[in-house]
Amino acid sequence: MPNPLVRLSNVNKVFHRGSEDIRVLSDLSLQIEEGEFLALMGPSGSGKSTLLNLLAGLDRPTSGVLEVAGERIDSLSRRELARWRSRHVGFVFQFYNLLPVLSAERNIELPLLLTNLSGSERRRHVATALEIVGLSHRAKHTPSTLSGGEQQRVGIARAIVTDPTLILADEPTGDLDRKTGDGILDLLQSLNRDQGKTIVMVTHDPHAAERASRQLHMVDGQLSSEMAA
Amino acid sequence: MKFVALVLSNFKRHKLRTTLTILSIIVAFILFAYLAAIRNAFQFGVSVAGANRLVVRHRVTLIQPLPQSYERRIEQIKGVTDATQQSWFGGLYQDKQTSWGQIAVVPTEFLPMYPEIILAKEQKEAFLKTRTGAIAGRTTANRYGWKVGDRIPFSATFMRPKEGNTWTFDLVGIYDGQYPDTDTTAFYFRHDYMDENRIWGKGLTGWYTIRIEDPNDAERVAREIDAAFANSPAETKAETEKAFIKGFAEQMGNIGVIVQAILTAVFFTILLVAGNTMAQAVRERTSELGVMKAIGFTDAHVLSFVLIESLLIAIVGGAIGVALGSFMVAQGDPTGGALPVFLFPARDRILAGLFVVLLGIIAGALPAVQAMRLKAVDALRKE
Repeated sequence: MPNPLVRLSNVNKVFHRGSEDIRVLSDLSLQIEEGEFLALMGPSGSGKSTLLNLLAGLDRPTSGVLEVAGERIDSLSRRELARWRSRHVGFVFQFYNLLPVLSAERNIELPLLLTNLSGSERRRHVATALEIVGLSHRAKHTPSTLSGGEQQRVGIARAIVTDPTLILADEPTGDLDRKTGDGILDLLQSLNRDQGKTIVMVTHDPHAAERASRQLHMVDGQLSSEMAA
Repeated sequence: MKFVALVLSNFKRHKLRTTLTILSIIVAFILFAYLAAIRNAFQFGVSVAGANRLVVRHRVTLIQPLPQSYERRIEQIKGVTDATQQSWFGGLYQDKQTSWGQIAVVPTEFLPMYPEIILAKEQKEAFLKTRTGAIAGRTTANRYGWKVGDRIPFSATFMRPKEGNTWTFDLVGIYDGQYPDTDTTAFYFRHDYMDENRIWGKGLTGWYTIRIEDPNDAERVAREIDAAFANSPAETKAETEKAFIKGFAEQMGNIGVIVQAILTAVFFTILLVAGNTMAQAVRERTSELGVMKAIGFTDAHVLSFVLIESLLIAIVGGAIGVALGSFMVAQGDPTGGALPVFLFPARDRILAGLFVVLLGIIAGALPAVQAMRLKAVDALRKE
């Protein structure tokens, strides 16, 4: 069996609020294979967003091992984690989180500014990403002139433009109507199926979770059930 | 360079707020240019006053005269190469409102003592041979529309003539300054003409200007001069020309301190305005900064973006303000010629540049550090 892309072993995450310790993840172990499309489900407060933050290198576990593509990220410094994120993680947010003053193509270019690519190479990568999400004709538009679905497509283009190891999506259809949301899920599914991208998606929506190749349910910081597609 | 567009794009937000902040910085630097010119004017170009010149005046006050006989004794002191007497005249011209620099001098001694006064050769000769002759600085000549050959009448104040109440001089020359801040507002005429025609003060003079061999020897020479006239009816106070002019200016109040106080208040206010703009800008962009950090921008990136933005606002406002201030000061003295030198000195321009940078850094420092410390997880949660 090949090595998993992501490996969590006995991961705990405890937040401190005053004198109170709040255990959000409890002794969690998990493996994610390369090319998987994983849906993380669970009620609010179950720890799924915290888990996503750990996978993204935005936060560090209190204890346990977290390995992505063979590299332990649980012990990296803030600066090292930032560098690691720029190379390995593509983010898709519920509310798109585009910079309102930048055009679609400038928003997509943002992660590429952290690479050594030249201006023309960056433009080429951006054009490819725009083509994949079907928005080449809206490249010059600013977010305020795009629909919610289009903004999320720009968000996805920004997430894939650096060809990251992992795409992490936090409720990517949470702010969209069913039809537009389906379009976004189609796009994510096609990125997974046709381009082999590994995707971890947090969602409350069972309809969205059905698109994933595996569903994990979390309750009280632990995995409660697992379901393969 | 690839981050420039990203930083510049932030100027597209809240254009009115950014414009108002820049406008306030522009106004502050126009004010800075004006106040620097005024302070400089009140110091009469202290910075360029001859380092090898000393002034000897009455120990009690400048108003008290000294005997003309002191000149020879001063010249005998070791280290003194030349001495010349000068007297304040205080006449009133036309408007009879203000008295400005009209000074009685001995041309044969005065002109070599002040090489920064540039006078045409024939005008110099005319000054030397015309008893009623006078020379005026270009600024004053322009102010009153004088030309060589004009007869200039002054009403007397304390320096009364033997007949009537008017002194009349023949304008034989108009001088220019060698340096931008050489005083070109003064009016010089001959001491012997005044001596012959005044009703009091014969044998007395206002002060002496002396030249010394070595500027580093100024303190010793001054001490020896004062010692030479100690316990006499007219004790002296010898000091560098710089100190003399400064003291003269301070008779009207410590302009430097007043200007500094105004500027401190202005810049403190501008600092608050610019700092508030940057703090608001960062506060409004919390989630965007979170996204940038999630994408992989480091704390150092975010810190420098906020600082550069703050610096750019200060530089744009400061550069326009200094340029406008320089232009306005170059239009001339707002009093119409009462200030002897009115320019925005180079050292104050450099100081303005330094203030621009400091303003940008200080105004942006706190918001930049806040942005740097922001954790992506917290920033995204605040949405």
